[in-house]
Amino acid sequence: MAFHDKFETVEVNTDVLIVGGGMAACGAAVEAAYWGKKYGVKVTLVDKAALDRSGAVGMGLSAINTYIGIAKGENTPEDFVRYVRNDLMGITREDLVYNVARHVDSSVHLFEKWGLPFWKDENGNYVRSGRWQVMINGESYKVVVAEAAKNALGMDNIYERVFIAHPLVKDNRICGAVGFSVRENKFYVFKAKAVVAAMGGAVHVFRPRSTGEGLGRSWYTPFSAGSSAYFTTMAGAEMTCQEVRFVPVRFKDAYGPVGAWFLFFKSRATNAFGGDYVVERKEELKPWEPYASVKPLPANLRNYQGMLDEWAGKGPLYMRTEEAIANLAAQYTDEKERKKKLRELEAEAWEDFLDMTVSQSLLWAATNVRPEEKPSEIAAAEPYFIGSHSGASGAWVSGPEDIAPPEYQWGYCNMTTVKGLFAAGDASGASSHKFSSGSHAEGRIAAKSAIRFVLENPEAPPEFSAAEIEALKEKIYKPMEIFEQYKGYTTDPNVNPNYIRPKMYMMRLMKLMDEYVGGAGSQYQTNGPKLQRALELLTFLKEDSEKLAAEDLNELMRCWENIHRTVQAENHVRAVLFREETRWPGYYIRNDFPTMDQENWKVFVNMRRDPNTGEYEVFKRPIISIVD
Amino acid sequence: MPSFVINEKCDGCKGQDKTACMYICPNDLMVLDKEKMKAYNRDPSMCWECYSCVKICPQQAMDVRGYADFVPLGASVVPLRGSEDIMWTIKFRDGSIKRFKFPIRTTPEGSAKPDGGYSTAGADDIKGLALFTEPDSLHLSEVPTKK
Repeated sequence: MAFHDKFETVEVNTDVLIVGGGMAACGAAVEAAYWGKKYGVKVTLVDKAALDRSGAVGMGLSAINTYIGIAKGENTPEDFVRYVRNDLMGITREDLVYNVARHVDSSVHLFEKWGLPFWKDENGNYVRSGRWQVMINGESYKVVVAEAAKNALGMDNIYERVFIAHPLVKDNRICGAVGFSVRENKFYVFKAKAVVAAMGGAVHVFRPRSTGEGLGRSWYTPFSAGSSAYFTTMAGAEMTCQEVRFVPVRFKDAYGPVGAWFLFFKSRATNAFGGDYVVERKEELKPWEPYASVKPLPANLRNYQGMLDEWAGKGPLYMRTEEAIANLAAQYTDEKERKKKLRELEAEAWEDFLDMTVSQSLLWAATNVRPEEKPSEIAAAEPYFIGSHSGASGAWVSGPEDIAPPEYQWGYCNMTTVKGLFAAGDASGASSHKFSSGSHAEGRIAAKSAIRFVLENPEAPPEFSAAEIEALKEKIYKPMEIFEQYKGYTTDPNVNPNYIRPKMYMMRLMKLMDEYVGGAGSQYQTNGPKLQRALELLTFLKEDSEKLAAEDLNELMRCWENIHRTVQAENHVRAVLFREETRWPGYYIRNDFPTMDQENWKVFVNMRRDPNTGEYEVFKRPIISIVD
Repeated sequence: MPSFVINEKCDGCKGQDKTACMYICPNDLMVLDKEKMKAYNRDPSMCWECYSCVKICPQQAMDVRGYADFVPLGASVVPLRGSEDIMWTIKFRDGSIKRFKFPIRTTPEGSAKPDGGYSTAGADDIKGLALFTEPDSLHLSEVPTKK
C-alpha cells in the first residue's frame, strides 16, 4: 500500500469552482449563486479557513477605501481611473479599474443592507475620511459579508478547511483543482468547467522586520501565502505587474493603519527633528515627473521621501498625532465643546486600531501611548504582493466588452489567458486600489462572467485519468511521506539531512529575497547581478522544495503554502530583472537603473511560465489609455 | 505567545465536535489537546493577533500577550463581543484603563439576504453589464459606461 492510500479521495463535480474565502470569493459566491440558480449552473466554494473570518478582512476594517459615490455625483469612474493611474506611476489597466469603479458602489450599498454599520453625517450620508474612503464600524465587516455569501450558496456547497494545492489544467483549459482537508485524511478532487481564483496576495515572501513571535504580525495577513499567484502561474496563465510589490508605511512594528490619521485626523508625518519630508524633499522627486506633481502624491513617492530621511540619519519618523488632535480640538473655543470633541476624537482614534489592527492598541497600551499627548513612530514595512491595494501583481485578465481595447479583450471579462480560469481581488493584476469593496465587486464581475462561460461552453473539460490524479495525490502528500520515512534517523526531528521543515524553508526564502531582491533589510535596493544571484539561490530552493517534510496536516499546508510563495518570489525576481528602470522608488530601487525611463518602460511587464517545460517568457505589453 | 489559552477557564468546548477557537482561526493554529481537554496555539509566530479566537471563545478563556519581539509586558486589550456591539477594555502598562463600545452590526445575526432587498429585475441578461442587483443597488437607472 502506498503512503498516500490512507487518504480517502473525494471527487466533487461542479460547474463553477470558487477558490478562496475572502472578499473577492464572497462577492463571487453571492453573484454566482444568483445566476447559477437561474440557469441551473452548479457553484461550489472551497476555502482553507472558515468563511466568517477568512481572508484579509477577517479581523475587521475601520474604513471602506473604495466608494465612488456615483449616484450622489461625488465622483465618476473616470475620476477614479485618473487617481489610480497616477498612484501606480502610469502602469494600470484603465479598463479594469473603470469596471471595478462602476460596480463597487453596488457592493458597498449591499454591505449596508446586510448589516454593516456606517458612520453617517447629519444628512444621512456616509462620512468620508478621504475622497474615496468612507468610515465604518467594521469589526464584523467580514462576518456580515460572509453571511450573505453563505446564505446565497448554502453550506452544502461550501467546503471549509480544504487547502487547494494545485490546478487541474489540460491544453490551456482549466478542469478544476486538487487539494486536501487540513482536518481529515481526505484528498479532494474538484472537477469544474470554470474556476474563479481568489486566494489573496502573498506575505512572508520577503523577511519581515520582526522575526521572532512577531513574524506573524505582518501588515497583510500571514495566511495570504501566494496561492493565487501559484495557481494562475502554474496553470500557464499570463501574469502581469509581478514587479509591482507594495511597501506600506505604517505605525512601526504593530503596523497599525495610518490612513485615518493622514486623511481623517489631518495628521502630518515628520522626521525626528520636526522636518516635513514631503515638503523638504519635493525637488528630489523630479526624475519621477509628471507623477511627482500629482495630488495626492503617489504612495511610493511619499514612501521614498521618508526613506531618504531615514538614510540621511533623520529618523525615527513620526506620525504627529498630538499635533493633529490639538489642531482639530482648537476649532472648538467653548471649553465644554472642546472636551467633548477631544473625547470623540480619542474614541475614533482607538476604534481605528481596534477594528483592524488590535495589536497596535496593545502596543500603545504597553508603551503608555496616548495619541493626544505624544507622536508615534512610523516606518516602511517589508514588501508585499497585494494587487488589490497600491501594488498591482496578479494575472492578466480580459477586460470588459464595452470599454476594453481589443488588445485587452479575449472573450470573457476577468478570464485569464487560460480558458475557463477567472481571477479576482489580489489574484487579478494591473487593477489596483480595489481594496475590500472593489475586491468584492470584482469577485461578482468574475463570477457572473464565469457562469456565462459555462453556459456558452457546455462541453465537459478534458478528463484526467485515474493515474494522473493518483500522481497528483502522491505529490501533494509527499512531504508527509518524507517525514514518516526519515524522522527516525536523528534524535531531533527538526535537524535531519534528508529533509527541510516548512518554517526553515520559509526563512531561507525570506532571507534571500530580503538580501538580494531589495527587502526592508536591504533598504529596498537591488541590481541586476543581485537579482541573478537570487535566481541561482531560488533554483536550489526549488530543488529542495521536493524535500519538504510535514509532521501533520497543518504542516502539510505550510509546506504547500511555501511552494506557492516560491512561485510568487520567482515571478517577482524575473520581472524586477526585466524592467530596467526605477519607476516606484519607494517600493524598490534598481541601483543600476536608478531613474524612470518613460520612453522604454511605460509598459506592462508580463510573463508566462510554460506548464509543460517550466520555462519562463518575460515580455512587454502596451499601456492603452481609455480615459483622458 | 500571541494568543493564549487560560488553563483554568478552557473546557475544551466539551460536547462539541470541535472547539470554537479551532473552528474560527483563519490560520489553523488552535489545537485541542484531547487528554487535557484544553486548547492551545500551536505556532505563536504565525498568529496575526486577529482576536477571532478571543472574540468567539464561549468561556472567555482566551487572551493575547503582545509579540515578545517588541511589546513590553503588562498591558491587555480584552474584547467582549455581543450580537450588536463590542466592548473593549484596554489596560495600560501604567495600570490605567480605557473602555470603548462600538456597534458591530445593524441587523439580526443570520438575516443577511443576498440581494439586500434590491430588485433583481434589472439584471436578467447574463451577457449584460448589470450584476444581479444592479442597477437598483447602484441607486442609478443604468450601469455607467464610457460614452
